Amino acid sequence: MKNWPLWEVFIRSKNGLEHRHCGSLHASDATMALENARDVYTRRMEGVSIWVVPSAQITASNPENNGETFEPAMDKAYRHPTFYELPDELKHM
Amino acid sequence: MNNNLIQYIFGIADNCLILGQRLGELCGHGPSLETDIALTNISLDLLGQTRSYYQYVAQLQGGDVTEDTVAFLRVENQYLNTLLVEQPNTDFGYSIARQFLFDVFHLLLLEELQNSKDENLSAIAKKSIKEVLYHKRFSSDWIKRLGDGTDESHNRIQTAINDLWIFTDELFHQTDADKAMVLEGIGADVTLLKTKYYKEVSEILEEATLQTPQIEYFQKGGKQGIHSEHMGYILTELQYMQRTYPNMTW
Repeated sequence: MKNWPLWEVFIRSKNGLEHRHCGSLHASDATMALENARDVYTRRMEGVSIWVVPSAQITASNPENNGETFEPAMDKAYRHPTFYELPDELKHM
Repeated sequence: MNNNLIQYIFGIADNCLILGQRLGELCGHGPSLETDIALTNISLDLLGQTRSYYQYVAQLQGGDVTEDTVAFLRVENQYLNTLLVEQPNTDFGYSIARQFLFDVFHLLLLEELQNSKDENLSAIAKKSIKEVLYHKRFSSDWIKRLGDGTDESHNRIQTAINDLWIFTDELFHQTDADKAMVLEGIGADVTLLKTKYYKEVSEILEEATLQTPQIEYFQKGGKQGIHSEHMGYILTELQYMQRTYPNMTW
């Protein structure tokens, strides 16, 4: 079982919401990964749908490059849509 | 007070209690974190079902009887579970084989019991079916994985199936109380489930590339309160707190 590959688990907490990453687990194949995810991550009614993805299939950004990747966005507040006058009728924005 | 009904309920509920206790032993000892949690989930499902049955028994018996006294304060020969569920967790193969041989039966039983004239039993059966459907999926899945896995896993699960097979016939044995309850339309007639049970089990074993054992002699006794040597140890652990500190509460 030490050789079982790692899977990333995504749970949709209720219909209409998106699947969110909630953790990872070991399983020998996709079917077992789904069953394990059910047992490990939905025992307290956390979800209505499960996705599992082999961790090896995820391409991640390199933390060493965080400087040039993320920092240039930090001083560009004008990219937030906060400079518009919203009509009063519009709620929950 | 309907003594036959109480005996009948024990015949069902004690299976859930003792198997739940057996699975509980694996908490923290499963072969992997994921299977450990899966087996303890099943254990908790079974103990939840046990509580529903015992609460009903307590209501039928009245007086000072509670679900806890029913669970913890009987003596060995008053527990009416089958011998199958008290068999030990020799290895993961035995735990899975025991679970599988029980789950197939358990689901067939509950599907019948939901038609019971007794509203409480019918309601408990209906509620439990979804849980047991998952138990059966889990254990059947593992039977196939182990049977159709490596030579080692194949041999070990076959050994476990062979060793536990002798306890399967008792699942379909009826006590006098069982027969009386069937006549009243309260109990499920397990004798009618036997053919279907062995057919379903054989099909899954075949899919798992395993042999269905062929034997003439079967072991029974648990349903009459005559248990295997394992039962005393299970009860010692199960009843320890109530025996050592009578009436203790959390």
